[in-house]
Amino acid sequence: MSRPLLKPLLVLAFACLAAMVLSVGTGSVSVSPGQVLAVLLGEGSNLQQTLVLELRLPRTLSAFATGGLLAVAGALMQVLLRNPLADPYVLGLSGGAAVGALLAMLAGLGGLLVSGSAFAGALLSTLMVFGLAHGTGSWTPSRLLLTGVVVAAGWGAVITLMLAVSPAQRLPGMLYWLMGDVSYARSPWPALGLLFLVCLLVVPLGRSLNVLARGPMQAAALGVSVRPLEWMIYILASLLTATAVTMAGSIGFVGLVVPHMLRLVLGNDQRLILPACALAGGALLVLADTLARVVIAPEQLPVGVITALLGVPTFLYLLYRSR
Amino acid sequence: MNPLQTRQLVIDIPGRPDGQPLNFTIEPGQIWGVLGPNGAGKTTLLHTLAGLRAPRSGEVCLGERSLTDWKRRQVSQQLGLVFQDRQDGFPATVLETALIGRHPWLSPWQMESGEDERIARQALEKLDVGHLSDRLVNTLSGGERQRVAIATLLTQAPDTLLLDEPTNHLDLHHQVSVLELLTAQASGGHSVFMCLHDLNLASRWCDHLLLMFPDGEACWGPAKKMLVPSALERLYDQALLSVEVDGVPLFVPRKT
Repeated sequence: MSRPLLKPLLVLAFACLAAMVLSVGTGSVSVSPGQVLAVLLGEGSNLQQTLVLELRLPRTLSAFATGGLLAVAGALMQVLLRNPLADPYVLGLSGGAAVGALLAMLAGLGGLLVSGSAFAGALLSTLMVFGLAHGTGSWTPSRLLLTGVVVAAGWGAVITLMLAVSPAQRLPGMLYWLMGDVSYARSPWPALGLLFLVCLLVVPLGRSLNVLARGPMQAAALGVSVRPLEWMIYILASLLTATAVTMAGSIGFVGLVVPHMLRLVLGNDQRLILPACALAGGALLVLADTLARVVIAPEQLPVGVITALLGVPTFLYLLYRSR
Repeated sequence: MNPLQTRQLVIDIPGRPDGQPLNFTIEPGQIWGVLGPNGAGKTTLLHTLAGLRAPRSGEVCLGERSLTDWKRRQVSQQLGLVFQDRQDGFPATVLETALIGRHPWLSPWQMESGEDERIARQALEKLDVGHLSDRLVNTLSGGERQRVAIATLLTQAPDTLLLDEPTNHLDLHHQVSVLELLTAQASGGHSVFMCLHDLNLASRWCDHLLLMFPDGEACWGPAKKMLVPSALERLYDQALLSVEVDGVPLFVPRKT
C-alpha cells in the first residue's frame, strides 16, 4: 500500500519544484531555470544572487507555504464536518482574521501588529463558531457549518462597515489585504515549518482520519477516540488558517478547491490527500502569484483574484466531468 | 474471550420510565435476537452495549471489567457493530470500506498489509460482494451496501458481533445466507446479538431472544420460552396466528 501512496506524491513534489523554479525565474529580469539552480548552488552573478535569494525566493516560498497551509486546513475541515463545502473561509475563520487585520490598519498600526491582530481575529472566530455550535451539547456537522456560515456573514458585514467609514488613504492597503497578497509576507520559514510538521503528523493520524470520515459513531465503534480527535483537527486547521491568513491576507478558494480536485483524482485516503494538498496547494499559489506579478507588469494583481479566476472554471469542469 | 454482560442496565431513552433493568450475558456460541416494536429502544440498546452511548444506570461489562474501563481500541478488538444507517460522506470503494475494519488491529504507524487486504477480500467473498470490490460504495444498491457493512464487521473480526437489523434491504436468499453466516460465526465461538424485525427469521435462527416493550419492560431467555403467541401479540399489539414448521413456531399476522 505504501508504494501507490508514494508515486503521486513524487509527481506532485516535482511539479512543485518546477513551479518554484519558474516563479523565481520570472519577472522584470528573467533568470533561466539553469541559472536559478546555479544560484541555489552558490554560483551566478551578484545581481542574480540578490534577485533570486533575497527578492524572489522568499516570496515564492511564502506563496508555497500559504497555499499549502490553506489546502491542508480545508481538507482537515472537510473530514471534520464530513461535508465537501467546509473550508476555512466558509467557516468564518478568515472573516475574523480580516476584521482583526483591518482594525489594526484603521488604528494606523503596521507590520507585525496587523499580522498579530489577524491571528487573534482568526482564533476568536474559531472559538466563537465552535463555542456557539457546541452550545447545549449537540455538535452536529450541519450545525457547525451553519454557525460558521452565519458568523462569516457577520464578519462580512463588519468588513463592509469598516471599509465604508475608513479614511480614503487607507483603503487601497485594506482592499489588497482583503483580496490576498503575498508581497507583504515576512519570513516564510515558520509557516513552512508548521506545514512540514503537520504533514509528519498526518502519518500516524491518517488512518484515524479515514475512519472518522465514515462518521463519528462508526469511528468510535472502530476504536477511535472521536472527541479528542475532532478537537485536535479543529485546532490544527484553525492554526494553519490563522498562519496562512496572517502571512498573505485573505486568499479564498484554495482550501475548498485543491482538496476536491485531488480527491477526484487520488481517492480519499487522508494519508495521501493531506500531503498531496500541501504540495498541490503550494504549487497552485506559487503559479498564481507568478501570474499575478506578470499579467499587468509592472503593476501587480492580488493573488486571490488569480486563484479564484483560475480555480472556479477548473473546479466546475472537474465536477461536471466527474459524474 | 470476554463475554458481553449487562448488570442492572437501564438504557437512556428520554422521557421513558426505567422499566425492567437488563441482566444477561451473551455467551460464546449464542445467537441473540432482539425483538420489539418501533421506538422500543433496540438501536439505543445496541449503541449502549457497544459503549457509544452512556446508560441511564447500571453497566455494560466485557468480561469482568466495565466497558468504560477498557481502552476504546481494546473494546473495538472484541466488539463490533453494524449500524442501521450509514453515512458515506466521501466516496470510497468497497474494498477500502471493508479494510476500515482492520483499524483496531493496526498501530498508528502501520499501513494495511497484504494480509489485511486478504482478510478484507475474504470477508467480501463470504458476503457475495467480492466482485464489487473496486466499485464505489455510493453506487451500490441498498442490499449490496448492507452486505458490505457486514463484510466490514467480519474484517474487524471481533468476538462479539452486534448487528442492527442485518437483514434490512436484503432479498430472501441473502437474508438466509447472512443468517447462516452468522450461525457459522457463532459455532466458531463468536457470539451474535442482533435486532430483527422478522419474527420468523428470529424464530428459525436465534437461540436466545430479548423482547423489548415500548414502556421499558423487557424479558429475555431461550428462544423457545420467549416465542409465546400471547407475549408476542402484546409486544407488537398485533393479533397473530402461529404454525409449527421444522419444530419451531412461525407467525403470521391475523387479518382483521
